[in-house]
Parts: sequence; C-alpha cells; structure tokens
Amino acid sequence: MADMDTSQGSGKKGPGVKKAKKLSTRVDLTPMVDLGFLLITFFIFTTTMSSPTAMNLVMPKDTKNPEEQNKAKESGALTILLGAQNHVYYYEGQLQPDGSNFKSSNFKDIRDVILNKKRAVDEEDFIVVIKPNENSSYKNLVDILDEMKINDAKRYALVEIADSEDAFVNASDAANKE
Amino acid sequence: MARPKIPRKSTFIDMTAMCDVAFLLLSFFILTTKFKPDEPVEIEIPNSVSSKVAPEQNVVLVQVNKDGKVFLSMDDEEAKQSVLTNLNSANNLGLSDGEIQSLVKAPFYGVAMNQLKQLAAFKKEDFKESAFPGIPVLDSANNQMDNWMHAIVTTYQGRKMNLLLKGDNRTKYPAFKSIINAFKSNEVFKFQMVTNPQAVPEGTELWNRSKRGENID
Repeated sequence: MADMDTSQGSGKKGPGVKKAKKLSTRVDLTPMVDLGFLLITFFIFTTTMSSPTAMNLVMPKDTKNPEEQNKAKESGALTILLGAQNHVYYYEGQLQPDGSNFKSSNFKDIRDVILNKKRAVDEEDFIVVIKPNENSSYKNLVDILDEMKINDAKRYALVEIADSEDAFVNASDAANKE
Repeated sequence: MARPKIPRKSTFIDMTAMCDVAFLLLSFFILTTKFKPDEPVEIEIPNSVSSKVAPEQNVVLVQVNKDGKVFLSMDDEEAKQSVLTNLNSANNLGLSDGEIQSLVKAPFYGVAMNQLKQLAAFKKEDFKESAFPGIPVLDSANNQMDNWMHAIVTTYQGRKMNLLLKGDNRTKYPAFKSIINAFKSNEVFKFQMVTNPQAVPEGTELWNRSKRGENID
C-alpha cells in the first residue's frame, strides 16, 4: 500500500540513456494514524451507547365505590413511607395510633424488610403500599418501585399518604436531621 | 579486537496496518454514534433495573425538572397540531391557525394555556427551560395537565401512544402526583418512566430470574 516498493528489476536501457532517479514512493503514514486516532477519541467521547430505558407503571382506576376497591389483608400488608432526604419508614399491618410499629429504615435495609415480609406471609396476601410524603423526591419513588421489581413483589400500590402518617414521617425526619 | 559490524536497521515502521485499524475503528464509531439530542430541559434521570428501551415513536413526553416545572413535548407534528386544535377549541384560547402552525414547531410547551398565544411568537432559539414557568399543575383546581391530557387522549384515540414521564432525581413528589392525577382523570393508567439502566443487584430474586433466562421486562 503506502509502503509499496516500486523498484522494478533494472530495465535494460540503451547506452547513453540516463537513468532517471527513482523517487521513493514510501509515504509516512504516521500523521494519518494520528489523525485517525484523534477522530476516534472524539467519537468515543461524544457517542451515547446506552439509550435510556423505560419503566412501566400501571395505576389503578380511582373508584369511589368501596365494593370495587381492592382489599388488602392487614396481615400481609407492608406500608413503606418515603420522607425527606432519602429517609424510608415502614410499618406492617395497620399503623398503631401511638406509632409503636412505625419503624425507620433506609434504602439499603428496606430490601431485607420487604423480603422478610414476603417470606413471612402468603404470597397471595402480600401487598406493599407505597406512600411518598411531599418532601420525598422522584428518585426515591423510582428507587422504591425498582425495589418492588428487584424483589419480585407482584402487588404494590402507590397511595396518598394519610395525615396521621405524614405527621409521623415529618416528626421522624425532623428528629433524624438533628 | 575487531568488533563485528552490526548492520544498521531502518527505524521506519510500516504504519499501513495501524492506519487501517485506526480508520476501521473510526468508521465504526462514526456509524454507531448517535449524538445526544439537544435537550432544552435539563433533567438528571434516576436509575432503575428496567431493561426495556424507551420507545421513540408516538411519544408524548412529560418532563419535570428539578424545580417541579412541567414541560410537555411530542414527536409527531400532525398529532401536535391536532392536540393544539383540540386544546384551543376546548378552552377557548382564541389561537388563530397561523399561531397554531407556529406552535406546532415549538420543541416543547411549558406555559399556562392563556400564554400559548405569546408562545407562538417565540423564536426557536429562545426556547430554554428558564424562560418558561412550566405548565401549572400543583393547584388541583387548575391542573392544566388535565386539559392537555384531555386533548392528547382525544388525538390519540384508537392509536398507540407512548406516554413517557421523565422526572429529575430531585423533583419533589407533589409535582409527580399532580401529573399522575391528570393522567388518571383522563383514563390513562399506563405510562412509562424514563430511567437510566443500572445493573440488577446480585443474589436478588430478579437477578435469579434473569439468570434463569426469564423475561424480566
């Protein structure tokens, strides 16, 4: 290619014919390689290999009619509350008025909580109720929905937080801040 | 002692092969590269283990930036026009045909409905998220996402619509809630949230399932 050797066998020329000086056809390709790699680096840095993925979320229809509402067994219910600054709280069954079963957790430990609950109850009864409070971020919500998927929790619901729960979450958030 | 004469070797390296490789790689990257689309709304999207690639056609994208400003964009210009026409007639916005035409060209909508008229006069270069207040959603009595969704649902009746929600990591939940409420009140119960892919943690149920080759989408 660029390094071609064109020195043919010395063609016999008649006497007196001067041999034309052969110019080397050897081309230095180094700058071209430099340029090539420069462009490669450019394209590597500008390329976006991974395209964003999408997570499905199906919401239930709001219904006023209590007969149409999904029932959840108290024993199988795990309620996860999301608070400010990535704080996670949870309780099992119903929240006691004094908050004795209101527990604090974080995004690392919540997986075990979910798994323990899942193992402890019938698969049919197991339901996770997710209640984000107004200080929680979108990231927390996606993380917890992700956790549902990771732990293969088939039934989960995104529910409005109740005032009593909100009060507990806000109080605990304030306590955690200090 | 006579030293044996070492023949001088040429230092000239044949670059041809290297050059070939370089340009092969270069053409690969040129062909596979897809430049990041110019995103007027800056959003840091959360990670999830979801592996389904976000759809790119018939997209209705609702974006929420970190301050909770809501923006709406669509890819199909015909649908956009229909949505704007519906929105115009349903809410008596008084937009002329010319204004609707220029609104169709807008990359996204991020103003209250009564400001759409001014938005029609905006130049494309001026579309920056900071210039707009976002679609008002937080007031449940005046959740304008509701009006938009109504127009969108009418437009996409009988057609496939990919409703995408793209929120910033720092978006607070109320903005998200208002948007979902707007979806729900228009009988849209299924939507997708745009995320960045992330590896499934080892040892978890999902991980086991994906190892067994089950479909985990």
